[in-house]
Amino acid sequence: MKKFAALLLALALLVPAMAQAKDKVLMMATTTSTDNTGLLDELMPEFTKDTGIDIRWTAIGTGKALAMGRNCDVDVLLVHAPGAEKKFVKDGHGIGRTQLMYNDFVIVGPDTDPAHVKGLPVEKALKAIAKAKAPFASRGDNSGTNKKEISLWKAAGMAVPDKADWYMQLGQGMLKTLNAAAQKGAYTMTDRGTWIKYMDVNKGKTPLNIVVEGDKVLFNQYSAIAINPAVCPKAKVELANEFIGWMASPKAQKAIGDFRLLGKQLFTPNAGK
Amino acid sequence: MGFIYEGLLKAFQLLFDGNPETWSAVYITLCVSSLSIFLTILLGAPLGFVLGYYRFKGRETLRMFTDTLLSFPTVVIGLLVYSLVSRQGPFGDYGLLFTLPGIAIGQVMLGMPIVVAMVANAVENAESGMKETLLTLGADKFQVLRATLWETRYHLMLAGVAAYGRIVSEIGISMMVGGNIKWHTRTITTAIALETGKGEFAMGIALGVVLLIIAFGVNFSVAKLKRRAGQ
Repeated sequence: MKKFAALLLALALLVPAMAQAKDKVLMMATTTSTDNTGLLDELMPEFTKDTGIDIRWTAIGTGKALAMGRNCDVDVLLVHAPGAEKKFVKDGHGIGRTQLMYNDFVIVGPDTDPAHVKGLPVEKALKAIAKAKAPFASRGDNSGTNKKEISLWKAAGMAVPDKADWYMQLGQGMLKTLNAAAQKGAYTMTDRGTWIKYMDVNKGKTPLNIVVEGDKVLFNQYSAIAINPAVCPKAKVELANEFIGWMASPKAQKAIGDFRLLGKQLFTPNAGK
Repeated sequence: MGFIYEGLLKAFQLLFDGNPETWSAVYITLCVSSLSIFLTILLGAPLGFVLGYYRFKGRETLRMFTDTLLSFPTVVIGLLVYSLVSRQGPFGDYGLLFTLPGIAIGQVMLGMPIVVAMVANAVENAESGMKETLLTLGADKFQVLRATLWETRYHLMLAGVAAYGRIVSEIGISMMVGGNIKWHTRTITTAIALETGKGEFAMGIALGVVLLIIAFGVNFSVAKLKRRAGQ
């Protein structure tokens, strides 16, 4: 019985310890790229040191992040789908939208380049891939990258090849999709930050190469949005604004620019530009 | 093959060098699964006992219902709990989303049917023959109850261990309700999913090794208890 009482006591102590009602906890939903690349792991300890705010984030892709914002489940978003973000703010779910940094999207494909798209502009490359029915791996998860990819198919004057045999919709994060593309010898579209991380993880040994880059439609803007407390009374708008302000500060902007893997810069800061 | 070997090697390095991320996931898993199994047994054992010991109307239906719940997929529980504890949901005010108690709610839902069904079965089996014998020997109601409890003690433990095995290895609930937040709600299973997704197999394998050790420990206990319970 004594043992049981001790166990009860231990659990009674454990539960409140786990709930830890810290008042300065900021909950963020973000894209997989900021998390998977390690950027947030690099920056957030500094943020916590400077502001005393305990930031917690869940990395789920822009589409789901926006949904979580609409559900009032988070306080701030760090996402990359400008069109959807503007609508989100316009619909009253978010207040303000601060651009923080950018990189660009690239299309990567197998060494053999079966559709011969190397060096083509995006529109022609996608048409060639569709014509050759070369395998293409899509995120298929409504993330920012996925939204961008869909808009590019449309811009190339094609319907999204939803049911095509060669078009694989994985419903997974970017690194998983890159792994799948490498295994299947498929093309895929990724942001450059995640691509560099992928190369870093695989120590440069991958059957994939960049085939299309530099087209100005491939620009990839990341922004932060505070959730509107008028719609979500519990949203911690002050902490959210403190986070956004910190991310846009010269110190954080420099840290973003300095964040490198394999000697390459993953994101370019552009707050206030 | 090389990368499996490399992964295993690095896995042991991570574990024995006390890599904080690896051990954080292990610690969090143990915290939340302990909480879950405690609540599961606390609620499930009495329910199972009542269901196995007493005869009442609708009992058969209730038992069938419990048995059906045994095959509740963890992602569905995750979805259900998410929609309940989301700030837009009916229990949104308690702020349970992205917390360990939130995950525990789902894991209790997962473990409960196992405990209830197994305890009910054990009590039913133990009681059927014993009750008459004891009553003819002049035992009172309370003594019968006590004897039944004593007779089924290993089964009760077995139920707990079986439920724990399921709880500690589930992923759907931890991922959806917990959000896989580093240092806070990242469990062994969600960390494995993340790390392998990132292609960081070593970390995945390291955590897999820990999970295997826990699972083997649990199954070893099940086997021992089963033998003692005379099954």
